Amino acid sequence: MHYIGLMHVSLLVLRILTRASLLLALLASAATAQPSAEDGQWTMPAKNFQNTRYSALDQIKIDNAKNLRVAWTFSTGVNRGQEAAPIVVGDTMFLVTPYPNILYALDLKNKGAVKWKFEPQPAAAAQGVACCDVVNRGCVFDKGKIFFNTLDDNVCALDAATGKSLWKTKVGEINRGETMTMVPLVVHDKVLVGNSGGEFGVRGWLTALDTNSGQIVWRAYSTGPDSDCLIGPEFKPFYESERGKDLGVKTWPPERWQIGGGTVWGWISYDAGANLIFYGTGNPAPWNPELRPGDNKWTCGVFARNPDTGQAQWFYQWNPHDEFAHDGVSENIIVDLSIGGSAVASAVPSGNNNSDALRTAHTTASAMRKVLISAQRNGYVYVLDRLTGQVLSADPFIRITASKGVDLKTGRIINNEEKTPQIGKVIRDVAPASAGGKDWQPCAWSPRTNLLYIPHQNLAMDYEAVEASYIEGTPYLGANIKMYANGGGKRGEYCAWDSVRRKKVWAIPEEFPVWSGTLATAGDVTFYGTMEGFFKAVNARTGEPLWQFKTESGIVGQPTTFLGPDGRQYVAVLSGVGGWAGAVVSADLDTRDPTAALGFANAMKDLPQVTAKGGTLYVFALP
Amino acid sequence: MLMLMSCKREERALVTQSPSLEMQRSRYEVNVASNGESARIKTWFDRNSWSMAQGKQLYDAYNCVGCHAHGGGGMGPPLMDEKWIYGSEPQQIYGSIVYGRPNGMPSFHGKIPDSQVWPIVAYVRSMSGLADQSAANPRDDHMKGPLPPSSVPESTPHEVSLPESAEQPR
Repeated sequence: MHYIGLMHVSLLVLRILTRASLLLALLASAATAQPSAEDGQWTMPAKNFQNTRYSALDQIKIDNAKNLRVAWTFSTGVNRGQEAAPIVVGDTMFLVTPYPNILYALDLKNKGAVKWKFEPQPAAAAQGVACCDVVNRGCVFDKGKIFFNTLDDNVCALDAATGKSLWKTKVGEINRGETMTMVPLVVHDKVLVGNSGGEFGVRGWLTALDTNSGQIVWRAYSTGPDSDCLIGPEFKPFYESERGKDLGVKTWPPERWQIGGGTVWGWISYDAGANLIFYGTGNPAPWNPELRPGDNKWTCGVFARNPDTGQAQWFYQWNPHDEFAHDGVSENIIVDLSIGGSAVASAVPSGNNNSDALRTAHTTASAMRKVLISAQRNGYVYVLDRLTGQVLSADPFIRITASKGVDLKTGRIINNEEKTPQIGKVIRDVAPASAGGKDWQPCAWSPRTNLLYIPHQNLAMDYEAVEASYIEGTPYLGANIKMYANGGGKRGEYCAWDSVRRKKVWAIPEEFPVWSGTLATAGDVTFYGTMEGFFKAVNARTGEPLWQFKTESGIVGQPTTFLGPDGRQYVAVLSGVGGWAGAVVSADLDTRDPTAALGFANAMKDLPQVTAKGGTLYVFALP
Repeated sequence: MLMLMSCKREERALVTQSPSLEMQRSRYEVNVASNGESARIKTWFDRNSWSMAQGKQLYDAYNCVGCHAHGGGGMGPPLMDEKWIYGSEPQQIYGSIVYGRPNGMPSFHGKIPDSQVWPIVAYVRSMSGLADQSAANPRDDHMKGPLPPSSVPESTPHEVSLPESAEQPR
């Protein structure tokens, strides 16, 4: 019923849009430079440097998606959370499993027969310091090589043709609580990788390795002195609060930056024109904010850096002195948007997204802006000027109680003081929960609809701050958490967001968090998966469901699409429940304890009734 | 020699009030000296509510709670169910804590004094109803978690093995 209601709203919106189409053609035509000509491949999990996850393939369309069927399947042999993207280069598909991180090369000309596999044999002990299931988010291809990270902190380079190991470099230490789960990005013959472990008080970093030798070229820490953070004369943040010497030290209690988190476990995007990479930093450690007074820089923010030197260009902090583990690692999608000039945007307080004044202003003062779009864990969709780090807009995409908006003059989020954690006190109804409005699961963006497709959860929590003791290699948290559906709604949603009009266009509520990634295509079809195990195709313009298929287990992976050797368009996704949200199933947790899985178990008590562990790749095509 | 010493101390253990560190240490020594004594040790710690209350505090202080939550698990396996990967006997749990286990349980050797390990063992056993319920903690001091150990029905532990995919001995 909820869905039908939303459909009505979305149809209404569409009618309005149609009526104003001429105007819109001028003002929201948007978009970015099209990603380079479509070659039918999918060589990196985010599809392209811009992280749009948009494919220009259009064989699968709104009117034929209902005919999709399974072309072939492949068991990964590992029954943990399958968060990786199956990538495609030529007639080969590559995928990496959760721990023990087996890398498979599959033959697309032979229904996925194994060409070769590589077993990196990560240390078993690494499983004990992985906060949120033993996931891996994928591998990346560049110039004949495959790069991926292992849970025990090794970066591996393989010959894509043979699977032969070219080099393997250890970049972190599991005994300190460091693991690696993220997808590397390759820019200018450098593999960029970051660590996980914000729940263990590790010190976050982004590291560049030479693709040919595996040698470390530079490392930029997320806490500590400017010299460690590669902050120098080029650093020109937009806001006053990010300016000053050694803020990575001064915004912490003495020495605490050394165990301060800010890990880099999310996504990296790259603007070739500006020669800038963008990536987010994770939560500060410990979770309990009372134990670390200060802004805790440079955690929970976004860095723009030169990929060649690592030197920071600007930084913006989503959550200064983060209170609820709202990591800032969401993908920063690179698009050029036709939106209101900066003067207009900054004059309108956030949250006021229905303002007629704003709409009018848009129609008169719109201009093409080079922006980043990011749906953040704290529940806001941000639009930032990617050359300066200025926040152009920040609007809630779920119900938020933890904060009251973002002050566009100072750039600072306005925390709700009623929800400020205090040791020994249980704060009720904090929204979003620590898992955020959106967690790791990446959005897609279509230049045809100018919409951002957000797979996300809708959870609030009770939060009790407690003491935390730092013991190397053990969790450093200081919080008891219990999550539940936010504001009485459903626990998940898949929605389309208009970044120009700053509003949700349509939404599909889901019973469980939508913990999968998504993709958009030129056939105006988007895809995502549910934790029950349904893989779904949706009309990108209206949100109308077009097709679904029940896979063997819950889906938490990233779908990809590609042109097969036979010239047909395929869609691939891994099925296999897990990750933080699915750990109740993949790690056999006991949901009688609401605080299990860092409090996520309470919201997922019924998941074991609808799905069981799995690990299977599904590849779909039209008949 | 150790056996003799332990036996001598064993006599002092008849005192029924809060155990001193010295006394707890003696329990430990008996245990490592002779598995034959383990039944008596189990009885002693599993019935001592002071020790179990201590164990609960220590369980938080040494960050056990970070991985195992309040028994439901997370990064580590649940402790409140009847499945025991490395055994439910006190000395087996002691071994898991002190020496660690290959699939992620770190060794707390040198981090937790032995005199504090046994109370943690007793508290862990109480989560699944393996300890004497009249001695188990009757309430939780924090945000409402699982049922307090004193209300947990007794369970029968059973051994499980990890899936093949998780076994990567080095």
